[in-house]
This record gives sequence, structure tokens and C-alpha cells, in this order.
Amino acid sequence: MSEDKVVVTQNLVKSFGNNHVLKGFNMELHKGENLVVLGKSGSGKSVLIKCMVGLLYPDNGSVKVFGQEVADLSVSELDEIRTRIGFLFQSSALYDSMTVRENLEFPLKRHHPKLNQKEVDDLVMEALANVGLERAVDLMPSELSGGMRKRIGLARTLILKPEIMLYDEPTTGLDPVTSREISELILDVQNNYKTSSIIITHDMDCARTVANRVIILINGERYAMGTFDELMKSDDPQLKPFFAAL
Amino acid sequence: MMDNNQSGYKVFIEEVGNISAFTWKFIKAFFNRKQEWKEIIRQCYIIGYQSMPLVGITAFIMGLVLTVQSRPTLEEFGAVSYLPAMVALSVVREIGPVVTALICAGKIGSSIGAELGSMRVTEQIDAMEVSGTNPFRYLVVTRVAACIFMLPVLVVVADGISLYASYLGVNLKGVLTWNLYYHQVFESLSFSDILPAYIKTYFFGLAIGIIGCYKGYYSNKGTEGVGIAANSAVVVSSLVVFIMDLIAVQIADMLGYT
Repeated sequence: MSEDKVVVTQNLVKSFGNNHVLKGFNMELHKGENLVVLGKSGSGKSVLIKCMVGLLYPDNGSVKVFGQEVADLSVSELDEIRTRIGFLFQSSALYDSMTVRENLEFPLKRHHPKLNQKEVDDLVMEALANVGLERAVDLMPSELSGGMRKRIGLARTLILKPEIMLYDEPTTGLDPVTSREISELILDVQNNYKTSSIIITHDMDCARTVANRVIILINGERYAMGTFDELMKSDDPQLKPFFAAL
Repeated sequence: MMDNNQSGYKVFIEEVGNISAFTWKFIKAFFNRKQEWKEIIRQCYIIGYQSMPLVGITAFIMGLVLTVQSRPTLEEFGAVSYLPAMVALSVVREIGPVVTALICAGKIGSSIGAELGSMRVTEQIDAMEVSGTNPFRYLVVTRVAACIFMLPVLVVVADGISLYASYLGVNLKGVLTWNLYYHQVFESLSFSDILPAYIKTYFFGLAIGIIGCYKGYYSNKGTEGVGIAANSAVVVSSLVVFIMDLIAVQIADMLGYT
């Protein structure tokens, strides 16, 4: 694997019973780029990124992250790789029995046990400042709006300074203004943290804002790939519906 | 009809197999040197200390009612003086451990099932996993260990409160000093009454913790699944407590602890 490619999938196949979700999917994520994967709901976009962090295992094919085959890693090796990957869940997945501060401290204290409380507090506040939510530090997740939850989820992920970010529908369920803010935040993350990101979405505004490259997933396969503008200008009848609303 | 029955048996056998595998996974993780001690202590506080009021009130009523209800029968045989001994044997050997375990199956089993179920459907368990934290060790091992450690403590507390309530019950229709009551109770109890009853409470704790965690950890079907997990955690763990009690009695009998 070239140094430049941080994630490579080859002939990725994944089925759930008779539902064949991915049928030989191929892609590469290059260092420092934002790659958007577009597709209809249920087309296997989330399954794809879950295979990258070992939450799901492919039936066939290969998923390599930092040059290592995910399926071949031991539990400790997988945990090691996972600390270098950030995953923003569609539901934000904040620990609802913990405050925002405790949510952010949780991964930090586990992976950096030698940090003292002052250093932990500083890193928590820095992560919250990066998403513009210092004031929410002592709130419970139930007291946060949808957009705030996404930002806190992102801050919790970024606190470990991951090299790869995986965003699972980051703007779903948000109003257009908040969606725009989240999209800009994704760009800030790319610029400030120099991360390589895969953004799973069907929000075309978000895709246009953040994408360096776009892959369109249809029928479990990579149907098209290019920049957002290249794909938008395409005459392919399969691609037209994706861009119809723009 | 035959197909439905076969499918029912298959599901039952699969479930038993899955719970056994889950238990084995717990045992392996439990004896691992790396433990989440801080979380285990927090869970002991939640599972043990916060269950005390419910267990205490139930135990008090149980001891009092058992004494008051037994008195007329013993009176018929002129055996009222055996009342403290009878209640002590019933409470320590059987009623205390089983009733406490059933209360815990209801309170703790359902709360663990619902909490982990809700964490599963809102992807919190997945989030923990992708952050490089082993959710089985952090969520399951800590809760099951706390159940194993705290259930015997709750049973001892329940037995004590029940016996005190029984003392009050005896004195409702008669006069018996605390010293004499205490003497009669401990005169009637032997090592072979206390030990098997105490040992089985560890297994009740294991069963309640494992089933609550298993049902919650593998919950699905969204919010409906959370309700199903909580409900089935209570039903299955209560049933398992009775089955374990039956087995414990047989083993105690075979070993001569009767």
C-alpha cells in the first residue's frame, strides 16, 4: 500500500441474509482528503465504514487501514488502530449517563492515563472550543439540541487527535443552518487536524461543501467517482437524480 | 404445529447456548488481571447500596408476616415456643436468599437490561468499542461482578432485618426478651443451614447479572427491543433463580447439609 493511501477496500462483499449490501466495493482514501460516499438509504454506506473499524466483518474481500488487514488484527491490535480513527455516529452516541465533560474525559483518561487532571481539563476545553461549545461542558446529553450533540460527539472523537475521521450521516436530522455549520466544522477538522475523512451522507449541500472527491454507491458497487462538479455535470441517468435538487 | 414446536425448541436451545457462551466469556474476562475496579465499585454502590431500602422493607414485612401467620398453626400443637426457631430456619435457609434474589432480579435485572439495551440501540456500545475501550469488560464484567459481590451482602442484611421483624412479630401476642429470642434463633441454626444458603447467593448474583447483561447487550429492534430486554431479563433471571435453588437444594441434600 502506498504511504499516501490510508484506507483501501478491495472487492468488499457483505450480506445480511439474502440482503446483499456490498457486492465487491472498491475504494481508496488518500492522506488528508475528504472523501464523500453518496448513496440511497440502505445502500450500504454505513456498513462500509463499520467494516473499516471492525464493528462488522466483510464476508469477502479486503479492508486495509494504515496498511493492515482489519479482519486479521488481534483484539489489542484492533484497539490500537481504533485509537487512530475517529467515528462520528449518526445518533452522536453520547454516553447519556455522563455529562459532556465526562464524555470527553472517558476516551482521554483511558488512552492517556498519565495525564493529570489539569491537563485533562485543558484538553477537554480545547476540544470543546474547537466545536464552539465550551459553555456546554457540564450539561447532560439530554439537555443538548441535535446540532450540539453532533458537535460534542465530534469533540469527543477529536480529543484523541485521530488520523482518520469517519462521519456517518453527520447532518441527518438537522436544520439547514446547523447542517451548514456542521459541514464547515468538517472542513475545519480537515484543515486543523490534517485528518483524512470519509463522509457518508445523502445531504448534497454537505457533500458539495466538504468533498475533495465523491464516490457514488449504487447496488453495492462503486458506480462513479470524481469531484463533486464532475459528477454533477454528468449526463448519466443513474447520477442525475442525486443532483436533481441542486 | 410441529414446525412451530421445532422452531421454538431451536430458539430455546440457541438461547441457552448463547447465554452459556456469554457466561464463559464473562468467566474468562473476570479472571483477567486487567479490571475496571473503579467502575466495579461504582456498580457495587448502585446495585448493592441503592437496593438496600427495597430489600430491607421487603425483608421486614416478610419476617413479620411469616411470624404472625405461623403462630396460629403452632398454637394448635402447643409449639409456640418453636416460633423463633421455625422462622429463623425458614428465613436463613430458603426465604431470605430466594426472595432477595427475586427482588434483585426485578430491580437490578430490569435496570441492567434496559440500560445496556438502550446503549445498544443508541450506538453507545459501538461508540465505546470504536474508541478502543472493550465494552464487554467495561459494561458487562463490572455489572456481573457487582451482582456477585453484592447479592450475598443483601441476603445477609435481609436475613438480619427479617429476624428482627420476627422478634417484633413474636412480641405482638406475647412477651419474649431479645436475649431469649436471639438465643433460640442461633440455637436452632447450624453451620449446615447457613453455608449452602450463603453459597447459592453468589450463583443467584451471577445469574441475575449475566441474564440482565446478555439481554441488554444483544438487544435490537430499537426502543421496542429495550422493553423486551428489560422484561425478558426479569422473567428469565427469576426462572433461573428458582431452577438454581432447586439444584442447590439437591446438591446440599446429597452432601448431607440438610
